[in-house]
Amino acid sequence: MRVLRLATAAAALLISATFAQAQIKIGSVLSVTGPASFLGDPEKKTLEMYVADINAKGGINGKKIELIVYDDGGDPNNARTFATRLIEQDKVDALLAGSTTATTMAIIPLAEEAGVPLINFAGAVQAVSPVKKWNFKTPHTDLMACEKIFEDMKKRNITKIAIIAGADAFGKSMRDQCMTVIGKYGIEVLHEETYQPRDNDMTAQLTNIKGKPGVQAVLNPGFGQGPAIVTRNYKQLGINVPLYHGHGVASKSFIELATPAAAEGVRLPAAALLVAEKLPDSDPQKKVVVDYKKTYEAKTGQPVSGFGGHAYDGLMILVEAMKRAGGADKAKVRDEIEKTKGFWGTGGVVNMKPDDHLGLDLSAFKMLEIKNGDWTIVN
Amino acid sequence: MPEFLQFLFSGLTIGAIYALVALGFTLIYNASDVINFAQGEFVMLGGMVTFFAAAAGVPLPLAALLAIVVAVAVGLLLHRFAIEPARGASAVTLIIITIGASILLRGVAAVVFDKNFHSFPPFAGTTPWNVGGATILPQSVIVLLGAGIIVVAMWALMSMTLIGKAMVATAANKLAAQLTGINTRAIIGLSFAVSAAIGAIGGILVTPITLTSYDVGTLLALKGFAAAMLGGMGHPFGAVVGGLIVGLLESFGAGYISSAYKDAIAFIVILAVLFFMPNGLFGKASAERV
Amino acid sequence: MMAALLQSRYGIVLLIAAGIVLIPLVTPSTFYLRVAILVYIFSIAVVGLNLLMGFAGQVSLGHAGFFGIGAYAVAVGPTHFGIPSWASLLIGVALAGLIAYVVGRPILKLRGHYLAVATLGMGILIAMVFTNEARFTGGPDGMPVPRLVLFDWVVRGVTTWYWVSGVSLVIAAAIAVNLIASPTGRALRAIHDSETASHVLGIDVARYKLVVFVISAVYAAVAGAYLALFDALVTPVTAGFLRSIEFVTMAVLGGLGSILGSVVGAAVLVVLPQMLTVFHDYEHIALGAIMIVFMIFLPAGIVPSLGRLFGRKFS
Repeated sequence: MRVLRLATAAAALLISATFAQAQIKIGSVLSVTGPASFLGDPEKKTLEMYVADINAKGGINGKKIELIVYDDGGDPNNARTFATRLIEQDKVDALLAGSTTATTMAIIPLAEEAGVPLINFAGAVQAVSPVKKWNFKTPHTDLMACEKIFEDMKKRNITKIAIIAGADAFGKSMRDQCMTVIGKYGIEVLHEETYQPRDNDMTAQLTNIKGKPGVQAVLNPGFGQGPAIVTRNYKQLGINVPLYHGHGVASKSFIELATPAAAEGVRLPAAALLVAEKLPDSDPQKKVVVDYKKTYEAKTGQPVSGFGGHAYDGLMILVEAMKRAGGADKAKVRDEIEKTKGFWGTGGVVNMKPDDHLGLDLSAFKMLEIKNGDWTIVN
Repeated sequence: MPEFLQFLFSGLTIGAIYALVALGFTLIYNASDVINFAQGEFVMLGGMVTFFAAAAGVPLPLAALLAIVVAVAVGLLLHRFAIEPARGASAVTLIIITIGASILLRGVAAVVFDKNFHSFPPFAGTTPWNVGGATILPQSVIVLLGAGIIVVAMWALMSMTLIGKAMVATAANKLAAQLTGINTRAIIGLSFAVSAAIGAIGGILVTPITLTSYDVGTLLALKGFAAAMLGGMGHPFGAVVGGLIVGLLESFGAGYISSAYKDAIAFIVILAVLFFMPNGLFGKASAERV
Repeated sequence: MMAALLQSRYGIVLLIAAGIVLIPLVTPSTFYLRVAILVYIFSIAVVGLNLLMGFAGQVSLGHAGFFGIGAYAVAVGPTHFGIPSWASLLIGVALAGLIAYVVGRPILKLRGHYLAVATLGMGILIAMVFTNEARFTGGPDGMPVPRLVLFDWVVRGVTTWYWVSGVSLVIAAAIAVNLIASPTGRALRAIHDSETASHVLGIDVARYKLVVFVISAVYAAVAGAYLALFDALVTPVTAGFLRSIEFVTMAVLGGLGSILGSVVGAAVLVVLPQMLTVFHDYEHIALGAIMIVFMIFLPAGIVPSLGRLFGRKFS
C-alpha cells in the first residue's frame, strides 16, 4: 500500500515535471523535518494548498504556478544547497524560503547575488534588517512580540521578572531581542534559566525561580513542547505569579498539551489568526483569517498555527505583486513587492517601504489570555 | 531542603525514562552484540500509537496494549529483515543498520501519524502530591513503579525461566549456547521483542509527562546509550542505575549549577567515571582473545 | 592497466584527482559544482576519520566537535579578534589537534563502545560551548563568516572553491596513503587486529592511537573551516551530534580502511538527499531503507565489498 503510494507519488512527479506547462516557477526551501518542523511543515502545506487553489482559478494572469519545495531539515548548509539548486538548476522566478533565522541567513546572500525576489518566514530582526534589495519577510519580528509582552506587563505594574528560555534558536533569539528593549519599559530581570530543546522536566529550573524573592512574572520564550511542559511544571510547583509565553506557542494544541487547568491565565502575544472567530465583524482582518483558518483546518485536519499563516501572507504578497507586474520579471516583481500597501494578511496589515521590507506594526499582535481552555483577547 | 527534594523527584522521573531506554539497549546487546540505535523509536511508537489509537476511539488501556503489540512487531521485523540478514557483519556495520532503521521508523511515523506533539491524560490524576515542601506528580510515581516492576520482571525472567536462562547463556557465549541445543536465532529475536516491549511501555508511561512526537527517539537513544555505558554495557542492573544517575545529574546540575550546561555536567561525570572505571560502574573487564 | 594503477600506492590518489579534474567538464550548472565541493569537504573529514576507524580500529562519535572547532575558528577569529582568516584556520586546526592530544590520552584507553560513548560526550561538550557562548558564537542562530583572503586574493565563488577543496582533498588523500604505507600505518593495522598482541610485540599502542586520533582531528578541523568559509556562515548544527553520526556513516558505508571508500561514502550521503528530495514526505523512509540495504548486501562498505566481488570475477 505504502509502496504503491510511493510509486504513484514518484510517477506523478515525473509526469508533472514533463507535461506541466508551468510558466511561473516559485521555489521554496523550508524546514519540513527536523527540530523546526513545527514551522516548516504548516508552511509547506499552506503553500501547496494555495498554489493548487490559485492554479484551479486560472493562475496568475492566465499563467500557472509551478511550486518546487525542498526540505532543508533545519540545517543552514542544506538550505544553501537547495536554494542554489532552485536558482541555478530549477531557474525559479521567485523564492518563498527560510523557516528559521539560521536557514534564512544562508539563503539571503544567494537571492541577492542572483537577483531573485525572496520572501522569508524567519522570526529574528536580522532576517530583514538591514534592508537588502531582494529580501522581504512576513512574520512579526521576535522584537515585536517582546514589546507587546512588556507593554502588557507595564499595564499590570510588573517591574521584576524571571526568564526561562529554550536553548534553541527560537528561544535564544527571542530572549536576546527582549533584552535589547526591556530597559525601555523599566523592567528588570531578577533571574534567568534555560532548558534544552527536548527536555522533559523543567521543575528544577522553575524551583530556582520560585525561590527568588520579588519575581512578579515569568517570561518563557520558546516553542514546541518546552513551553507546554513549563506551564505544567509551573502549575505543579504552585507558582502563582503571571506566566507569559512568546508567540512560538501560538497554536490551539498548546492548550491541550499544557492542559487547560495549568494553562489558565497564561498570556501570550499572537497574530489574530488564533482568535479568528472572536474578532469583531468590523475588523478588516477578520475575513482573511477566518478563511485561511477554515481552509487549513479542513484540508489538513490539523489545528491552524500562526506559522502557516506567514507562508500564506508571503505567497499572496508575491502573487499580487506578480499580477501587478504583469508576469514574473524578477526586477519588476521585486519593485511591486516593495510597493505592497494595505495588504491584509494573517499577520496584520502590510505596508512595505523601500526602507521597511516587513511592513507590519505592533497592532498586528493581539495579547491573548487563556481562559477556560480557550483564547481570549486582552484589551 | 524542599529544593533538594524537588530536584531529586525531577531527576528520578527523568532518570526512570533513561533507565528504561538503557535497559532496552542492554537486552539486545547481551543477546546479539548489537547496539540498537533504534531503541528510542520503540519509546516513540509506544506513545504515538497509543495516542492515535485513543484518538480513533479505542479505550486507553486497549490502545496502550495495541501500542506494545505494534512495537513488538516492529522489533521482530527489524530483527528479521535488517539484523538477521547482516549476520556476521562487524559491530559498526550493524550500528549503521540500526541508525538506518531509526531514520526509517521516524520517516514512517511522520507519514502515518504527523509531526505534531501529542499527549494523553495521566493515569492517576493531575493533582501533585506534596512531600516535604516539594511536589511530585502521581504519574512520576507510576513511571518509577513501572520501571521498578519491569526490572524485577526481567530479573525473574532471566533467573527463573528456561527461556530466560537460554537468553543468559546466549549472552555469555553464543557458540556454546548453540552447542547445548539453544536456538540462538530465536533467542536473539526474542530479545528484540522484549526490548521493543520495554521501550513501548516506557513510552506509554512517560507520554503524559513528557509529551511525544515522531522524533522523540533520537535524543532518548543518545541519553539511554550514555546511561547504559555508564552502568556497564550488558549489565541490566547497571543500566537502570546509570539511567537514574544521568537523570539526577541533569536535574541537580540544572538546579544547583547551570541549566545551560546541565547536559555537559552529565557527560563530564560519565567521562570521569569511565576514566577511573573503563568498563562502567558494574561492567566486568573483558580480556581480549588473541 | 587500470587494475595495475589501482594497485600502486598513489593509484587511488590519481583516480580521485582525475575525477576532480573531469567533473567540471560535464556539469551543466554551478549547482552541481556546489554539491561536488560539499562531497570533497566532507571527504576530507571522512578520510581522517577512516584513518582512525578503518586502520586503527578506534570508533569516534565525536568528530563533528573537531569539525566545529575548525568552522568556528574562521568565524570567531576574524570577527572578534581581528585575526586574518588564514591564520584563524591554522589556529583552529592547531587547537583541534591540541584538544585531541589532551583528551585522547585518557579517552583512548577505553575500548569499543566505551570509547564510542566517551567521544560522543566529548563532541557534545564541544557543541554545547558553541550553542551557549553566544557572545562569541552567535548562539543557536550561528554567525556569519568573513571571506578568506590570501595575499589580496579573496577566495570566493563556486569555481574557486571547487579547486581549493578538490586540491585539498587530493593532498589529504596523498598524506593518508603515505601514512598507511609508513611504519606508523603498519603499527596501526597491527593495533586494529589485536591491541594485546601489538603490545606484546613491543608496539607503543597508546602513542600510535594518540597520533592517529590527532591526525583525524586535524583533518576534521580543516574540513570544518572549509565548510564555514565556503558557506560564509556557521551554526551549531555544523558541530552537532548528528553530524558526527553522519561522518561515521559515510566512513562505514564507503568502506572502512579504504581511502577511496571515504570519498564514495561522502558522495553517496551528500548526493542521495538531493535525489531523494523529490519523494518529499517519503524521503527519510527511502534514506533509511537504502542505508539498511547497502549495509546488508555490502557489509564491508561499498568500495571493499565491490572490490572483492570484481576481484573474484577476474581471478
